[in-house]
Amino acid sequence: MMFSSSDIGLLISSTLTYATPLIIAGMGSIMSETSGVVNIGIEGQMMIGAFSCAAAATVFGSPWAGLFAAGIAGCIFGLLHALACITFKADQTISGIAINLLAPGAAIYFCKALFDGSTQTKPVELTGKLPLVLNNVFPENSFFDYTFKNYISVYACLVLALCIWFLLFRTRIGLRIRAVGEHPRATATLGIGVFRLRYFCVVLSGILASLGGAVIPLSTVSYFFPSIISGQGFIAIAAVIFGKYKPGNTVLACMLFGFCKSLSLSLGNPKFELSVSVHLLSMIPYVITLLVLLFIGKSHAPAASGKIYDPAGH
Amino acid sequence: MRQADAASLKSGFPSLFRDRLARVWNDTFLYTLLSVMIGLLVGSVILTVTGFNPIEAYGALFNGVFGTGKTRMYAVQYATPIIFTGLSVTFAFKTGLFNIGAEGQYIMGGLIAFTVSVTLHMPSGLHGAVAVLAGGLAGAVWGAVAGLLKAYKGIHEVIVTIMLNWVAFYFSNFVVMMPAFKKPNSTASVDVGESARIYTDAFKENFGAVKIHWGMLLAVFAVICCSVILNKTTLGFRLRAVGFNRNAAEYGGVNVGRSIAVSMGISGLLAGLGGAVQTLGVVGRLTQLGAQEGYGFDGISVSMIGGISPIGALFAGLFYGGMKYGGSKLNTIGAPSELVNVIIGVIIYSIAIMGAFRAVVRFIRAKREGMPL
Repeated sequence: MMFSSSDIGLLISSTLTYATPLIIAGMGSIMSETSGVVNIGIEGQMMIGAFSCAAAATVFGSPWAGLFAAGIAGCIFGLLHALACITFKADQTISGIAINLLAPGAAIYFCKALFDGSTQTKPVELTGKLPLVLNNVFPENSFFDYTFKNYISVYACLVLALCIWFLLFRTRIGLRIRAVGEHPRATATLGIGVFRLRYFCVVLSGILASLGGAVIPLSTVSYFFPSIISGQGFIAIAAVIFGKYKPGNTVLACMLFGFCKSLSLSLGNPKFELSVSVHLLSMIPYVITLLVLLFIGKSHAPAASGKIYDPAGH
Repeated sequence: MRQADAASLKSGFPSLFRDRLARVWNDTFLYTLLSVMIGLLVGSVILTVTGFNPIEAYGALFNGVFGTGKTRMYAVQYATPIIFTGLSVTFAFKTGLFNIGAEGQYIMGGLIAFTVSVTLHMPSGLHGAVAVLAGGLAGAVWGAVAGLLKAYKGIHEVIVTIMLNWVAFYFSNFVVMMPAFKKPNSTASVDVGESARIYTDAFKENFGAVKIHWGMLLAVFAVICCSVILNKTTLGFRLRAVGFNRNAAEYGGVNVGRSIAVSMGISGLLAGLGGAVQTLGVVGRLTQLGAQEGYGFDGISVSMIGGISPIGALFAGLFYGGMKYGGSKLNTIGAPSELVNVIIGVIIYSIAIMGAFRAVVRFIRAKREGMPL
């Protein structure tokens, strides 16, 4: 058995494709964590994003309508989390768990209500999918064609990661966000609005998580179904911890997950005549993550992450 | 508040007890009840918006659970595994750990209990007990791994247990598909060993197809054990001390690393027992899973609704089991059963923000009584 160059190209491309939702949602997790709010509702927010996007894209036949709808839905569920964590000073984990029940429940409920009791949306038409970039640029079936012909979301998520890095580490507002995540009280004494910054970050986190879920029905699969996310939100959070809360490292961690997933899928291809169980192959990314964590060791979260900020000082 | 405390101290034990009961009633129970009301209210709004009659829907749900003795028992059958995972999450929470991995521990418990039931041959009765115990131990090991990594490598238990959930998930699927265990032409395993079954047919006349199994009693026993261990033993005190303030506990002479591992081990044991009794008592086989079944995540919800207490987990588990079972009856009027997830989500969201209401109530009360805060 030998890998041909086109197999390798395909592996790279599918690695990027599988990493895309993780990267987008991971950036959401970074925004919220950096400002000092834990958002484990990412999983649920991805779910509502995938549903609202698939539903809007089937109805309007355009991917942009889908992404817009996902953005709105993410905004609502981000706002819900922000309201609980910031204004009502709720436990951030508990609020996140509530979001993780609420959002998927709502997604499947409305799916059944809108699509005649089916838990799947109708498939998104080909015109409703995201456009491919670098299509017909390279000779067909060549290594470069396989590698670089991707959905636009693949390149967009890398640009997004760059933007998030620039925002957090090269702008004044980014410095303020990081300060709020480390020591909100000290930041507040400098006249910086802790609540306002956190609201901005948590809502943005919801929007990004939702968009991360939204690209799935627009690229790899064509419709929404109940197990479409199945843990990818948690994987994105794991990638952020793994990437030590830095956008660049997080992208690499997401790529590792994407690579392992696409490796397990392509090795499961009967073409390679491997007699390894597909279940054992699917285990690879999780085992590798555990091993890497074992050797990389501790990852330091922003100091105020998960702590309730009460300006009255209780 | 302070005056009331002093008064109750003076008048001795009975009123102290009554006072304490009243405080529990006032605080946790009342606010949970309020949250449940809010959940049902939001649910009825959603039902109305999507064109269903809320009274009809809740009627179907309520009748679906309390209609007959059989349906009531079904609700208990649904509740049993969730009580175990709820207890598992509660135990970890009480000791300052977030066990998001009850799912994986549950899967490992079911898997090992099944394997023991199929491969070993023992007299019936004993076989079931050994298999359940083996399942519990498997869950304990799965939990303790996360505890050890947290204690000695400083890796957050949340990320480790999420990974372990998926490892357990795929491992279970792998074992189910092994030629030794797979039932030909199906995506399920062979049935669990005859002698290891833990359900009884004694109540068939009353409850029909409901599986009445020993795990139901074990769940109640586990609740009592957890409550006693956490509140009345030095072990429980040590574990809670580590959860409350790691440094202070260490200063007090507690072996922090070992405590964290033990905590996660016990938490895993409880989830593993849940998987074991569900596999041997209700399902009767393993199936190849397409997605995680969510027992672990249900456990987190149960723990929250139960106010993070073992006794609370018992009642919250029954409530959640009832909602889950009753939710399937919503289909009879054409409403999606996922409404139940939305309602539970709203309940937990309300519980999360209850702290704010509680503060307001305390503030108003203090102001009225003219006391300093």
